[in-house]
Amino acid sequence: MNNWIQVTDLKEIPKLGSRIVKTAEGDIAIFRTAHDEVFALRDACPHKQGPLSQGIVHGTSVTCPMHNWKIDLASGEALGADEGCTNTYQTKIEEGQVYIQIK
Amino acid sequence: MKESLVLVGNGMAGLRTLEELLKLDADRYDITVFGSEPYPNYNRIMLSPVLASEKTIDDIILNSNEWYAENNITLHSGDAVKEIDRVNRQVISESGKQVQYDRLLLATGSDPFIIPIPGADKDGVLGFRDIADVDTMLDAAKNYKNAVVIGGGLLGLEAANGLMKNGMNVTVVHLLDTLMERQLDKPAADLLQASLRQRGMNFLMQAQTAEILGDERVNAVRFSDGNEIEADLVVMAVGIRPNIELAQKAGIYCDRGIVVNDTMQTYDPKIYSVGECVQHRNVCYGLVAPLFEQARVAANHLALLGIGKYEGSVTSTKLKVTGIDLFSAGEFNEEEGDEVLLMQDPSQNVYKKLVIRDNRIKGAVMFGDTMDGTWYFQLLREGTDISSFRSTILMGQHDLGDAGHGDETRVAALSDDAEICGCNGVCKGDIVNAIQTKGLFTLDDVRAHTKASSSCGSCTGLVESILASTVGEGYSAAPSKQPVCGCTEHSHDEVIQAIHEHELKSMQAARDFLEWKTPDGCATCRPALNYYLLARWPGEYTDDAQSRFINERAHGNIQKDGTYSVVPRMFGGLVTPNELRAIADVCDKFDVPEMKVTGGQRIDMFGIQKEDLPAMWKDLSDAGFVSGHAYGKALRTCKTCAGKNWCRFGTQDSTGLGVKLEDLTWGSWMPHKYKLAVSGCPRNCAEATIKDFGVVCVDSGYELHVGGNGGIKVRVTDFLCKVETEEQVLEYCGAFTQMYREQAHYLERTAPWVERVSLGYIKMHIVDDEANRKELYERFKYGQKFSQIDPWKERAEGQEANEFTPLQIAG
Ligand code: SRM
Ligand SMILES: Cc1cc2nc3c(=O)[nH]c(=O)nc-3n(C[C@H](O)[C@H](O)[C@H](O)COP(=O)(O)OP(=O)(O)OC[C@H]3O[C@@H](n4cnc5c(N)ncnc54)[C@H](O)[C@@H]3O)c2cc1C
Ligand code: SF4
Ligand code: FES
Repeated sequence: MNNWIQVTDLKEIPKLGSRIVKTAEGDIAIFRTAHDEVFALRDACPHKQGPLSQGIVHGTSVTCPMHNWKIDLASGEALGADEGCTNTYQTKIEEGQVYIQIK
Repeated sequence: MKESLVLVGNGMAGLRTLEELLKLDADRYDITVFGSEPYPNYNRIMLSPVLASEKTIDDIILNSNEWYAENNITLHSGDAVKEIDRVNRQVISESGKQVQYDRLLLATGSDPFIIPIPGADKDGVLGFRDIADVDTMLDAAKNYKNAVVIGGGLLGLEAANGLMKNGMNVTVVHLLDTLMERQLDKPAADLLQASLRQRGMNFLMQAQTAEILGDERVNAVRFSDGNEIEADLVVMAVGIRPNIELAQKAGIYCDRGIVVNDTMQTYDPKIYSVGECVQHRNVCYGLVAPLFEQARVAANHLALLGIGKYEGSVTSTKLKVTGIDLFSAGEFNEEEGDEVLLMQDPSQNVYKKLVIRDNRIKGAVMFGDTMDGTWYFQLLREGTDISSFRSTILMGQHDLGDAGHGDETRVAALSDDAEICGCNGVCKGDIVNAIQTKGLFTLDDVRAHTKASSSCGSCTGLVESILASTVGEGYSAAPSKQPVCGCTEHSHDEVIQAIHEHELKSMQAARDFLEWKTPDGCATCRPALNYYLLARWPGEYTDDAQSRFINERAHGNIQKDGTYSVVPRMFGGLVTPNELRAIADVCDKFDVPEMKVTGGQRIDMFGIQKEDLPAMWKDLSDAGFVSGHAYGKALRTCKTCAGKNWCRFGTQDSTGLGVKLEDLTWGSWMPHKYKLAVSGCPRNCAEATIKDFGVVCVDSGYELHVGGNGGIKVRVTDFLCKVETEEQVLEYCGAFTQMYREQAHYLERTAPWVERVSLGYIKMHIVDDEANRKELYERFKYGQKFSQIDPWKERAEGQEANEFTPLQIAG
């Protein structure tokens, strides 16, 4: 628990964009919204494991590059008529640094 | 405190408005609904199949009582509103409820017209409008034998069919000598009457009803010529009257219907009205498609977005009598000067007629084979110039060469496991099931729920046909004006025009000016806006990487396993030993698992890890290669053949000209992918006549062809013109390309674009107007100054490094 890991300076993630963090339990995608909120999801779409980090970010969701599913960044749930969910990770920003919590 | 919205009329138009409103703004209002019928909202259209015992009432409920509860809507069903007190802004119901409103929506529908003849008030005489009417008819069918339906229109025939199915002996009485005269011409009406007669329906044509006879209950009908027939049930289906009584009593201005403006407001701006009770621009509608369009506009206004406008609708009709195919739209009776295209096959009972004015479809009537009704209707609404496929138009859309589906066009006959959408693997049964269980009405709904037709779109026509045959006319065909996406009301053309005229130079400026509904758009509109800005303001607008689809952001094609492919440009397909050696070295160095010669005359390297891309590009760049843009909505390849230098038939240097064309055009961003080819003679080995811009060399010069497509739906080019020099080829190519870049919608290839705007229009601006052609060419070359910078080289030198390097965990 309480395993906060510092990953990057916020500036290194493009606004409305994302970066990948390589971890022992697989790739994690970190997203930054227009309002500098930061979210982290397992970099695998609930549909067919597409890399969500490569999608287009809008509002607080990301559109998967493979077949256009829309995934909610906060819950990891597919939006609209699609059904499915991917893992989420807690994030926080302190003094411009981004942390994620890996159990 | 929330504002209060009251809806009077718990029917199809009113509830559709609420649904649209909830989508836009679920929290603005406390909503109360009054409905005089003791049911939640149901699909009135489907009363015909219920009467014919093909469906039950439960099947046709659209919004269940739970739906109202979930959305915090108070429903008073079985309680009509009897008075509107506009001074105190409240409505008063039959049962005495008083509810305050800030805004009021009237959707009271219409009433069947009952002819005021003696005896019209007897038992067993009724209209065909609601569940109660259907119950009465089904009851009668159990106890009585003879039914008379007065009115040979759509509703009358559906009622007659239903009663017949329930074992009654039915006679349809019609004032004129042809059935459904508002929708059909005489030949089609005759075919219809013949096939209904064959099923056992009786007709009394040109007969005027004079009196209904009987004691309490009807037992006969007498006509003006003195004849009488027996009748235990009389259904009057001679028309509807907008239900305006309540509005009229409240002093709201009414004519035939409640008069509204383009934002669906009555003369009292607090009071809106939609549906059959409405009169808009002097028209009252009686089909749901236009009412649903009205609903969208009213909802938009109620959500205070204020951008929607209702401008009237063109409607089409189908008859919902199982086994009879009939379609009608527009002005199906020709006027002087119109042309008529006709196809008749009496042995198959097929009749098709199109009325053409100025090369555009104005009306259509079809009997027997209505497969292409939706397609004709689309051409009609969009005002498409049909000259280029006029000779085969009656054969239907599949005759245009739909390589994807061949003759799988008979939707109705298809089995449930027939695949409709090849892209998403969706079968007919999935679509029908989703439509029925989730209550879908529009193409967009079906796309959202099943993904059918949401990708390449080549099956759109099929999906629309399934919709139409599953829900009858209830389905609203795509509105003539399609917004870019759910984030906006505006169409592509409106966006392009606004960016130009109001000098909008950033994504934010465009979204603000056009009142986007979402703060930063979505994956559909962002790439489109980014392209429009880039194409319009070269050198001024800075490309927004985060608004590009991943392929264009990473400058490579993403593969199913998340790796990328790399395709370097080989101008005109020419290549040298040194270049081949360099490619071989790169493949060795980066362990490329597979190489392939593409269909575009160059080499594809597959399976590259994203992190390796910049280093690989550096090596390629050092060897003189630039990006092939195989991943982009951009200039792809210029295919060439051997040409005059080698080939014994070659008439010109097709290879050399191909290289010049690719030199001119590489790097430019486009609305969609864009491909060129040059063939050295009419044998056409470079397949120039299925390219976006193709050149076929002949002895006396160069034939230019445009708008070809070799992909999902093969389309052969149109011949643009012939020119004499290579310089002219370059100029025409640049000008045509620029016109496409400036005018086409994002994700519209040249083939559909040329069909939409017509070849004549393109010739007028490119071939006939030399000054305009030269200006277009100059604008193209100017834009190229900023786009012919190799994206691979830039990234090999470190630009956008963040895109390609994963984060290392720091702590
Ligand atoms: C590599 C290649 C196949 C090959 O190995 O030969 C190819 C591969 C793809 N094609 Fe293609 N097409 C390739 C030549 C063609 C051709 C032939 C040609 O250009 O002469 C056509 C038909 C001609 C035409 O476009 O009119 C073709 C019609 C399509 C289409 C249908 C386009 C249409 O308008 O109907 C798509 C889908 C799309 O664009 O939406 C498509 C899409 C694709 C995509 C991008 C699918 C995707 O989104 O991932 C494939 C990318 C594979 C990759 O990662 O590299 N590809 N594709 C060819 C690359 C040519 C090149 O050198 O750049
Ligand atoms: C049998 C049949 C078949 C049809 N087939 C087709 C078809 O194939 N295609 C097509 O496009 N259209 C078809 N229609 C027409 C379509 O059903 C109507 O256009 C549509 O239902 C009209 O919607 P509306 O909301 O305006 O009216 P309605 O759906 O009639 O809703 C109005 C509601 O308001 C209620 N109401 C009226 N006054 C008050 C009041 N004072 N207080 C409270 N409630 C009140 C009424 O009882 C009614 O429930 C068909 C209609 C019928 C009857
Ligand atoms: S390369 Fe083209 S034809 Fe082949 S699978 Fe991919 S998209 Fe389909
Ligand atoms: S893998 Fe994400 S949409 Fe298919």
